[in-house]
Amino acid sequence: MYRSAIRIINLCLILIFSGSVNAQLTIEITGGAEGAVPIAIVPFVEDQGAEGVSKYVRGIIQADLERTGGFKSLALRDMLSNPVDASQIKFRNWQALAQENLVIGRVERVSAKNYIIEFRLFDVFKQQRLSGLRIPSSKSQLRRTAHKIADIIYQTITGTPGVFSTRIAYVTVAQGKNKSRKYRLQVADADGYNPQTILTSREPIMSPAWSADGSRIAYVSFEKKLSAVYIQTVSSGQRELVASYPGINGAPAWSPDGRQLALTLSKDGEPDIYILDIDSRSLRKLTRSYSIDTEPVWSPDGRSIVFTSDRGGKPQLYSVALDGGTVRRLTFEGSYNAAATLSPDGNLVAMVHRGGQGYQIGVLDRSSGFFRVLTDGGLDEAPSFAPNGSMILYATRKGSQGQLSAVSVDGRVRQRLVLDAGEVQEPAWSP
Amino acid sequence: MKTIVIGLFIVVFAFVVGGCETTAIDDEDYQSGQAGSDASVSGGANASGADVQGLDSGYSGGGNPLDDPQSPLYKRVIYFMYDSAEIKPEYQSVVAAHARYLAANSSIQVTLEGHADERGSREYNIALGEQRAKSIARMLVIQGVRDGQIRTMSYGEEKPASGGHDDRAWQLNRRVEIKYPGY
Repeated sequence: MYRSAIRIINLCLILIFSGSVNAQLTIEITGGAEGAVPIAIVPFVEDQGAEGVSKYVRGIIQADLERTGGFKSLALRDMLSNPVDASQIKFRNWQALAQENLVIGRVERVSAKNYIIEFRLFDVFKQQRLSGLRIPSSKSQLRRTAHKIADIIYQTITGTPGVFSTRIAYVTVAQGKNKSRKYRLQVADADGYNPQTILTSREPIMSPAWSADGSRIAYVSFEKKLSAVYIQTVSSGQRELVASYPGINGAPAWSPDGRQLALTLSKDGEPDIYILDIDSRSLRKLTRSYSIDTEPVWSPDGRSIVFTSDRGGKPQLYSVALDGGTVRRLTFEGSYNAAATLSPDGNLVAMVHRGGQGYQIGVLDRSSGFFRVLTDGGLDEAPSFAPNGSMILYATRKGSQGQLSAVSVDGRVRQRLVLDAGEVQEPAWSP
Repeated sequence: MKTIVIGLFIVVFAFVVGGCETTAIDDEDYQSGQAGSDASVSGGANASGADVQGLDSGYSGGGNPLDDPQSPLYKRVIYFMYDSAEIKPEYQSVVAAHARYLAANSSIQVTLEGHADERGSREYNIALGEQRAKSIARMLVIQGVRDGQIRTMSYGEEKPASGGHDDRAWQLNRRVEIKYPGY
């Protein structure tokens, strides 16, 4: 009887997760009102038999764009016309509504569960078509297609690639009876939809790290009662154990070419950064100190590593070239800076920073030396840069619940992702 | 079976709370949280005839000191200050007692599990937990315990003893747990 109750609950969860746009996710957006680009996304015309597809697709595109804080979408009730074709557009009307961009489209039905989604993007003031595409899409691919359209719109207007088709990995912790816990490593779409569990364990899981091509995740698992580093192929679930030395095995970080992992190992006494060649499993010790060296992250050119060290007394961020050489200190604000994540060009470093308000996410501009605190949670940790460098995903605490949040790199826009899973931590944004 | 275990727990709890010596509040919290294992431990002591209600200090020869709430070996959690792996003076005698026991019983293995509170980054906290465990290990070795008897490991902030998010919880989580086989 118990087992069938579990089956029913599982079924309900599956239904919730596969449901419509308004599923288990709450996204709160603060800030971003000024400078948001006004865009009108006109409902797409639908072939017979394709009813509802436009609303579904349009809803995802609108949510994607608005979530960046950079776009403000015109409400349906404010639209004075519903052009379907370029020839039907009266640009002056849209200019009067102060819209800078206009999207029109259509949903063609190819067969029962197959469509072609067509969209066109216009610059209202220049009265020009900026972009357009016809995308074949099965019913199950509609979400992905909508994200792809949002990416194209975003990139065409801002010049920066969109991240709506990316994914996030994170760890959830569920409390059981008698202090038992269940840890899950999950992968979801960047908006929190379609969470899939790729590892379940009674022991802690930490530090998920995506390879540069997004096909594999390295992580730390305590399933053997000691820490060990694994590499798992996301699509197949196949995995290999790559480090289980005496002492700490932690903080895996991929080289840009995917052939090496930087790791923290304490097998020789103190935690140091090592470079592991994944194919040959040969190990090279990169840092040597009597202090804690951990949390390595590779520069985008693959030539240096930024890491956390308390060699100066308290944890700060340092950089070391891979061919050996001097270790340079990077952070000088505050008495605690750790857990670095780099922007795609390597110039910005986001980190956990301890200041007067507890533990926040801070970001350092390496070229100017300018440092700014972006969050105010008090127990913020685990920052992870979006692959377009526009936002930083991190773990925070709301009341007693661990959650994920994202903040724009200028600090103006904040999003809170409330996933249905209880305690959520250790986010990692896919490439 | 379950009622026996609960009954024994009540007996042990009553003994500990109404017991002979006052313990520091954080140790008491730890022991009451260990309901399951305490119950089975006291069951063993009863079976071998050790007196759980008497006023004897120390332990009778037949019982295992690890089972005896009177023995300093019963204290198997050491707490630490913020950002520190230094062993506080009030725990020196507990560590010394474990050192004596291990030195006298060289076939007994012990695992030292280091932990940290939740603040700051997780991997750094793993390293901090290890520092705390190694700190205790060094003190044991200095006092005559063989290297090979000791294993150290760290869970960082991943296995908190207290799920709270305030100073009290953090204090309870900055700890090393001394783990003997079967305990």
